[in-house]
Amino acid sequence: MTVRAWLADWAAHLRAGDVLVVGLALVFCVASATRLWHGGRPDKAVIKAGGKVFAEVDLAAPRIVEVPGPLGTTRIEIQPGRARVAADPGPRQYCVRQGWLASAGAVAICAPNQVSLALSGRAADYDSLNY
Amino acid sequence: MTPSTTELEIAPTADDHRIARHAAAAIVLTVAEAAIPLPLPGVKPGLANIVTLVVLARWGWREAAWVVLLRVLVGSLVLGQFLAPGFFLSLAGSLASLAVLGAAMHLPRRWFGPVSHSVLAAFAHIGGQLVVARLWLVPHDGVFYLVPVFALAATVFGLVNGLVAARLLADGSVPSPAPRDGT
Repeated sequence: MTVRAWLADWAAHLRAGDVLVVGLALVFCVASATRLWHGGRPDKAVIKAGGKVFAEVDLAAPRIVEVPGPLGTTRIEIQPGRARVAADPGPRQYCVRQGWLASAGAVAICAPNQVSLALSGRAADYDSLNY
Repeated sequence: MTPSTTELEIAPTADDHRIARHAAAAIVLTVAEAAIPLPLPGVKPGLANIVTLVVLARWGWREAAWVVLLRVLVGSLVLGQFLAPGFFLSLAGSLASLAVLGAAMHLPRRWFGPVSHSVLAAFAHIGGQLVVARLWLVPHDGVFYLVPVFALAATVFGLVNGLVAARLLADGSVPSPAPRDGT
C-alpha cells in the first residue's frame, strides 16, 4: 500500500466536524504560542539623558529622536516594533553596535554621552540589566 | 449459572464484566505507555483513551466514566503513583475530559465522530491538569508558558487516538451491544 493510499484510508474516518475541530485545535496551538511566547513585544521606547527621562516614544510610527548629551548628539531611530541607537558620539560605540532592540526590557546604554534607550512592554521577557 | 433474583446478593452482572474487561485493556495501555520515555512531564499519548472512546461510542457515557476512573485508580496503583501529584493531575484531567465527552457525544453524529470527541477530551484533559497544577503544584503563571506545547500534543495525540478509535469502531473488531431497552 502506498503512503497516499494509507493516508486516504485513515482520512476516511474523519468527518466534516472532525476536520473543523482539528483545525480549531491547531489555530489554538498557533494562537497560544504567538500570544504566550511573544509577550515581550515592546510598545514603547523610554529614552533617558543624564539620568532623567528625555522622551517616551510610541513604537508605532518610524521617527528619529535626537538626544543632546555632554559629548554631542545621540541619534535614536524608531521603527514600528523596534528601535536602535543610530549614531552616538561615544568612543567605543557599544550602544550603536547593539543594533536593533526588539523585545521588551532590552536596553542600549551610551554611557559616555549619558543616554540610554530602553524598550518597555506589558510583559518584559527579561530584565536586561540582570540578564 | 442462573442470575440472582434477590437484591441482597452481590453478583457481577454482564455489564460489570464488560466494564472490568474494558478497564483492564485501558490499564494495560496505561502501563505499557509508562515505558515510553517522555520529553516533558504531562505530555504522553494517552493510548488508554482509545478504549474510552470506543466504550463511549458503544456503551455510553456512564460506562466510559467507569472505565476511565478505574483506569486512573488502578493504573496509578500499578505504577506506584497513587496519591502522588501525578495521580491528582490525571484524575483532574480525566474528570474534565469526561465532562467534555458528556457534552461532545451529543454533537450531531453525522458531522462529529470519535476524532472530535478525542481532540476535545484531550484539550479538556490538559485544561483540568493545568488548573490543578496552577492552583496547587506550581502556584505561578509560569505553568501557562507550556500551554502551546500541551495544546500541540493534545491535538496530535487526540487526532491519532481518535482515528484509531474510529477505525476500531468501523471495522467491527470490537463487539457491539446487543439491542437493549432504553439506552
